[in-house]
Amino acid sequence: MGRWIQLLVLTFFSPHLFAQEMSFNLRPGVTAISEQVYGLHMTIFYICCAIGVLVFGAMFWSIYHHRKSKGAVPAQFHESTKVEIIWTIIPFIILIGMAIPATKTLLAMEDPSDADITIQVTGSQWKWHYKYFDQDLEFYSVMASDWDEVNGKLEKRKNYLLEVDHPLVLPIGKKVRFLMTSEDVIHSWWVPDFAVKKDANPGFINEAWTIIDKPGIYRGQCAELCGKDHGFMPIVVIAKPQAEYDAWLAEKEAAYLAKQAQELELVAMTMQQDELMSLGEKVYEKSCAACHQVNGLGLPGVFPALKDSPIALGDVTKHIEVVVNGEPGTAMQAFGKQLGLKELAAVITYERNAWGNDTGDLVQAKDVVAVQNAAQ
Amino acid sequence: MLGHRRLVVRLLLVVVAMFGFGYALVPLYDVFCKVTGINGKTAKTASEVSMATDEQRIVTVEFISYVPQGLNWKFGPKVNRVKVHPGETLQVDFSASNFTARRGTVQAVPSVSPGLAANHLKKVSCFCFEQQTLAPGEQQDMPLFFYVAPELPEDINTLTLAYTLFAVEGAELNESETAQTRADGEVSNDAAL
Amino acid sequence: MSTISDVHSDHEEHHHAPRGLMRWVLTTNHKDIGSMYLWFSFAMFIVGGAMAMIIRAELFQPGLQLVEPNFFNQMTTVHGLIMVFGAVMPAFTGLANWLVPMMIGAPDMALPRMNNWSFWILPFAFSILLASLFMEGGGPNFGWTFYAPLSTKYSPDSTALFVFAIHIMGISSIMGAINVIVTIMNLRAPGMTYMKLPLFVWTWFITAFLLIAVMPVLAGAVTMVLTDKYFGTSFFDAAGGGDPVLFQHIFWFFGHPEVYIMILPSFGIISAIVPAFSRKPLFGYSSMVYATASIAGLSFVVWAHHMFTTGMPVEAELFFMFCTMLISVPTGVKVFNWVATMWKGSLTFETPMLFAIAFIVLFTIGGFSGLMLAITPVDFQYHDTYFVVAHFHYVLVTGAIFSIMAAAYYWLPKWSGRMYDEGLGRLHFWCSLVSVNVLFFPMHFLGLGGMPRRIPDYALQFADVNAIVSIGGFAFGLSQFIFLYLVIKCIRSGEPAPAKPWEGAEGLEWDNLPSPAPYHSFTTPPEIK
Repeated sequence: MGRWIQLLVLTFFSPHLFAQEMSFNLRPGVTAISEQVYGLHMTIFYICCAIGVLVFGAMFWSIYHHRKSKGAVPAQFHESTKVEIIWTIIPFIILIGMAIPATKTLLAMEDPSDADITIQVTGSQWKWHYKYFDQDLEFYSVMASDWDEVNGKLEKRKNYLLEVDHPLVLPIGKKVRFLMTSEDVIHSWWVPDFAVKKDANPGFINEAWTIIDKPGIYRGQCAELCGKDHGFMPIVVIAKPQAEYDAWLAEKEAAYLAKQAQELELVAMTMQQDELMSLGEKVYEKSCAACHQVNGLGLPGVFPALKDSPIALGDVTKHIEVVVNGEPGTAMQAFGKQLGLKELAAVITYERNAWGNDTGDLVQAKDVVAVQNAAQ
Repeated sequence: MLGHRRLVVRLLLVVVAMFGFGYALVPLYDVFCKVTGINGKTAKTASEVSMATDEQRIVTVEFISYVPQGLNWKFGPKVNRVKVHPGETLQVDFSASNFTARRGTVQAVPSVSPGLAANHLKKVSCFCFEQQTLAPGEQQDMPLFFYVAPELPEDINTLTLAYTLFAVEGAELNESETAQTRADGEVSNDAAL
Repeated sequence: MSTISDVHSDHEEHHHAPRGLMRWVLTTNHKDIGSMYLWFSFAMFIVGGAMAMIIRAELFQPGLQLVEPNFFNQMTTVHGLIMVFGAVMPAFTGLANWLVPMMIGAPDMALPRMNNWSFWILPFAFSILLASLFMEGGGPNFGWTFYAPLSTKYSPDSTALFVFAIHIMGISSIMGAINVIVTIMNLRAPGMTYMKLPLFVWTWFITAFLLIAVMPVLAGAVTMVLTDKYFGTSFFDAAGGGDPVLFQHIFWFFGHPEVYIMILPSFGIISAIVPAFSRKPLFGYSSMVYATASIAGLSFVVWAHHMFTTGMPVEAELFFMFCTMLISVPTGVKVFNWVATMWKGSLTFETPMLFAIAFIVLFTIGGFSGLMLAITPVDFQYHDTYFVVAHFHYVLVTGAIFSIMAAAYYWLPKWSGRMYDEGLGRLHFWCSLVSVNVLFFPMHFLGLGGMPRRIPDYALQFADVNAIVSIGGFAFGLSQFIFLYLVIKCIRSGEPAPAKPWEGAEGLEWDNLPSPAPYHSFTTPPEIK
């Protein structure tokens, strides 16, 4: 018997023995609000437990003592206005006891005082975009777990599904305001440790705020079904002390500006086919394969195939346009904002020359720029 | 007691009425939004200029713009934020540029946060009241005249006005037509809009 | 009583009654239709359950093993739709068909031909829904709540079929509800006053009003989705002046009363079974009626508690929080009344009673988690996590489904004229009870630990608990075949049942009719004491 149990445990649970511990309860989190929410959660929980013990206690006492096999003779009472009134009023009083702390916490969450930092959070299928309102800094944040981990070809790492390429970095002790919106469907930005969950509605902005008490890495996920890869759009927030945050911000801003300058230089450069194809394949797998699939066949009826597709085999300019600007009203996003010029040129070249798409076309950064500024 | 037939007819009337009520929720919701400020919807028509100005108070108004994917336009406010006295009318210019090779029409959809402030952001005139059409490569300054109503709740000191630019569907449908007519020279597309 | 003339005399029936399949296609007999509803709902329970098994198999371990995410989303969507519209609601309609006429001393439902229609359009609705899964692009994948714009601009081509199927299901429910209302209002036997109606009749009466009030709103919502997707309207599209949050308001205006549609008849069932096996009259009959009515009334002013994270003004959040909390008062009254009914009774524990007791305990647990979810600030943490999944499965599986099981055991002798195998019944009960808790209880922990719902893959720390949940799921699924076997065995070879197999049972169906209840019962109204 012991052997069997051992075997069972090994079969089912061993791969995860070293994974992060799961919390079986809400976590108190790292903000004053999240701690208040945790306290409220526990209060309500204990009240429910107490009521449960009383009611079920009475019921099981009755089940044990008033059973026919013990010779119980049924009483015939079936009404008592007094009792009915009592057990209408008592729950009512308990509810008021619950409503008071709940209202207090809710009002504490509605603090309209000015924020120190404003972050624009924009959801799209299936990534987050962060923009620092007062800085020249914005970036996309995409899941960093490898699709091979998802498909079981690679061992899953510690923070599987909860890691991103560019986390949101925030200072501690400052009031941070989030302005949420979405580019396509409804998403919901949720970080449990802040007790912040707010829907990102397309066309509308929603507001939430937090003041983080402790430095650390906080992870969350999209909490509103948003299509195919809803399960694969994590949120990672790194909270740093102010000085570290300032240093990070300065570095990031400089890098952001440098990258933009570099982009301009790229226009003059010409890349070779090998370089375009190998970079293109990498970019494709990261940004395109989720929908169009690694083999370029897409998902029939949901996401079109690129192999032998009229776009990939047809006019180059049209192809660049679709990739750069997206296709309105479909899941095809505008990658012009998400990828650099080099990546765009490479991935379009790749799409035109992979899986038997033998156009032989090489797309260069300057071609992409030409489309981006088509009008000039 | 009603007969079967009359009772069924009455119940069917309830069903029809409730189906209608489902649709009535659409305008009802708009009214509800206006009253409570859900989703920060602002009025779609111009307001009168305010008579009174509250010199004692200063409110920060922030501007945000969103251009969704698939629209190769640039669009944004010339300033990120302004400080105003409630009641004081200000002009803020938004700049829009059409980077596509096509004439295009857009509609800016406003949203205000916090929602309760939406009723108090009064627009005297706004580019968002009507659709905007730009020729390829055209850049245009689009003005917004607004003031913050002095009745703005005391505890709100900052409000954010976001505009999301949406391509107008009808104009898009005419894209192919536009492409064809372009060859014959700049035929007016205004008829199509 | 004009309707007596609607019912053919026995003699005529023998002449005209078609045999074989056509008997079932053309039948207008409430017992036939009730049986068809019940069998149909069991079939849908198995189909929806099979989808749940696919979901749980995929979630058995982290990573994507069996299905790809788009198909996973179709499974969660269609599982929800089938269980709500295919399993629970038709089961209640089936019970109403069988029981309401017998309980009020009526010869049949008031509108027998409409009754036939309301059943026979259902298989078509579900065939359409299931067929859409095989279309290119797949079936509905936007969750059973079909939030716009995921269900409009971004939905698969098959969405029109989904809309059409929902319309048919809605029409069927509305016809069923109208039939119940007319039957109860017009066909009560002389002397059967409203306050003498059995609680099952009362709860169904109120449920039927909820149905005709909210199913048309659902029809409106799906129609708006249809026109938004295919005909260029923009009810839910900000670009055209619409609002995606409006969809949620319309949907939940339907959706919350819908939740009570799926639980009020359960209250009626439990209120019949608990007194029967306590051998003691129901405690607080009239307060039960008022509690049911107030739950139904309150259900219209709580819908936005499903939408706390959409961004509402704090006043609205407070209003919906308080109203939602208030619902626990009448619900509590019901639980207290059942306990008081058992108190000082003379209890025996046949299978119906076992399911009824499990209902009271487990439904109350679902009620507690519901109360926790009502508290807006903490709902921000629970919303759209497995805590919510645990909550509504406690209410719907151990609530609605357990009560349906209890009802099936309780009235099976009356329907079939034979006793079921009590040993098998207990086996079914204990297997279901244990596995359902292994299945749903740990989901509370998953949710509190931070696992969002509707995801095909999850972070590693959730792996162990998900494996346990899946095992519970498979066990619960398999346990239901015991029930199927038991019912078939009962119908084929059960011991003949007496007119009143339960010592403490009360009501016209037990006191005035033999077992099995004759094909035509109460052609002359019974005398009401």
